Amino acid sequence: MTNVQFIPGDWSLAIDLRLLVGRYLLRRLMMMTITLLGIMVLTFFVSLVIPMDPLAALAGPQAPQETVERLRILYGFDQPLYVQFGRYVSRLAHGDLGMSFQTSRPVFQDILKYFPATLELATFAILVAVALGIPLGVLSAVYRNSLLDQFCRLISLIGVSTPVFWLGLVLLLIFYFKLGWFPEPGRLDIMLIEPSRITGVLLVDSALARDWEVFWSALKHLVLPASVLGLTGMAGIARITRSSMLEVLSQEYVKTARIKGLGEFLVITRHALRNALVPTVTVIGLTYGGLLEGSVLTETIFSWPGLGRYMANAFLTLDLNTIVGGTMLVAFTFCIVNLLVDLLYAFLNPKITYAAS
Amino acid sequence: MTIQPASPALDLTEARRRRAEARWRYSKDTYILWRRNRLMVLGTAIILGLLLVAALAPLLATHNPYEQILNDRLLAPSVAHWFGTDSLGRDIYSRVVYGSRVTLTIALLVAAISTPLGMLMGIVAGYLGGMVDEIMMRLADVFLAFPRLILAIAFAAALGPGVENAIIAIAIAHWPSYARLARAETLNVKNNDYIQAMRVLGAGKARIMAGHILPLTLSSIIVRMSLDMGTIILTAAGLGFLGLGAQPPMPEWGLMVSDGRQFLVDQWWVSTLPGLAILVVVMGFNLLGDGIRDVLDPRQRQA
Repeated sequence: MTNVQFIPGDWSLAIDLRLLVGRYLLRRLMMMTITLLGIMVLTFFVSLVIPMDPLAALAGPQAPQETVERLRILYGFDQPLYVQFGRYVSRLAHGDLGMSFQTSRPVFQDILKYFPATLELATFAILVAVALGIPLGVLSAVYRNSLLDQFCRLISLIGVSTPVFWLGLVLLLIFYFKLGWFPEPGRLDIMLIEPSRITGVLLVDSALARDWEVFWSALKHLVLPASVLGLTGMAGIARITRSSMLEVLSQEYVKTARIKGLGEFLVITRHALRNALVPTVTVIGLTYGGLLEGSVLTETIFSWPGLGRYMANAFLTLDLNTIVGGTMLVAFTFCIVNLLVDLLYAFLNPKITYAAS
Repeated sequence: MTIQPASPALDLTEARRRRAEARWRYSKDTYILWRRNRLMVLGTAIILGLLLVAALAPLLATHNPYEQILNDRLLAPSVAHWFGTDSLGRDIYSRVVYGSRVTLTIALLVAAISTPLGMLMGIVAGYLGGMVDEIMMRLADVFLAFPRLILAIAFAAALGPGVENAIIAIAIAHWPSYARLARAETLNVKNNDYIQAMRVLGAGKARIMAGHILPLTLSSIIVRMSLDMGTIILTAAGLGFLGLGAQPPMPEWGLMVSDGRQFLVDQWWVSTLPGLAILVVVMGFNLLGDGIRDVLDPRQRQA
């Protein structure tokens, strides 16, 4: 990878850079297309090995053999595998993920229905992770190798070492059952009526409807699951903040800032941290995408009606279409998030070009 | 022709002595770095403790972990039952002790499947390059496109519940990162002079890869492996908790947490104590892995 010095005012270089980024983007998009195709093959493969006969499930247990045969032809299961795969891809291209056995609705609609709840949870969780992770990382870098550093690292390691499902249970036990500070699992008090659905994100919908009682209740329900999920994401953010802070703090311009008599607090927050945050931002992006997977267990514990719980139920009941469709959609989202994070990194750091690599 | 006496610089015994000395210094530095890093000492202690508990499980356990005494259901922790008993009257402490064997087995088997597979793919892709590289790395990309837990859950569901299938599923989710790493290491060394020399001497591709590149990739793979141990254990416990991993009556910690869920309010110990065991062990592995990374980092040694 070649480093291009970005000189303000040198437009030829800027245009060059834009070209390079464009070419890089094109290559990434091509690679992503291949990956997406691979994801389809893999999910198709999973649907083949799943120990359940989709026909038997469709026809019901008492269906006569000829009905099953008719269904087999109707759904194209008599065709060779490559034909089946071709049909599968063309169905996907039309946004048709099949019907869910759990809910008897199209999987795609189900996912649209459950996604906002997960988005709400993950967004709050990332806020928790950032609010804890960055200060921990900064503290450990500033007081490097001291007792405080070790303490901060221990805290963030505990976060990443805790089984989410266990932490969820413990927090429920303490803060709901014993102390009663936070409400029961779920998204809203059962006595309250959900506001009319606009975005599906309860906080936004209730605020738009000016229904502050619902807003307050939704907020209180969010605290525990978001904390559980956020604690698991905290460690990565703390670690990258620490290491990039260490790097920045040893640089000349930080020394200059100190020499000119700036207070230590300002040096750290205004000069060091702002530059150290570039790698941190990309890790935050990746963590945000990664919270999708943590949500499977967290949502199960907190009866959170989101994508994670929907998927967990699908896995347990071997709801074929949901498993295939859901995993694929998660993988697609993950891919796109990764691409966006890479681009964001390039955007934040003009010294980076992806030309040579 | 007379044999020239070896010049002092090339004197074999001298070179051996110096190498041994350097090694000795290196291990002494490693020891100093280890001792200075209190968190790593803690991690080492936890993992040694885990190994000890797993090895001595029959001696440490106070009860048979499978024996159900229905009259003693859901007893609180006491002198007779240190961690209390579960809903079938089994001693939780003994089950946690035996559970260490399950956890270790899962972690070691996943490591034994996914690292050789990943290294094979990575080294072959990196050394041969070209089409082979492109295909293998796109394959790894596909697997990396899924969040690991989701991929493991999907395969565990597809293969059917059970601890063996959980191990396979977790290994499937983990091999691509080792392949990526092994490939990067291979690219680093494949054009070095000594590899070129091997090639000139007529060594076959397989021989170069297995005998000369593989040992060089090993250390970074080990570091990554030690950092991944915690994740592997957490994934296995998560699968057990969801009912997709180990099946009853196996004393698997995640499964035990799930068993205690319905008694959480009045019999908190059924769920929380096995979960605490997961936390401690995973933390041990993470502390150790973090420390190993620091100790092997050459920048740390200069200090």
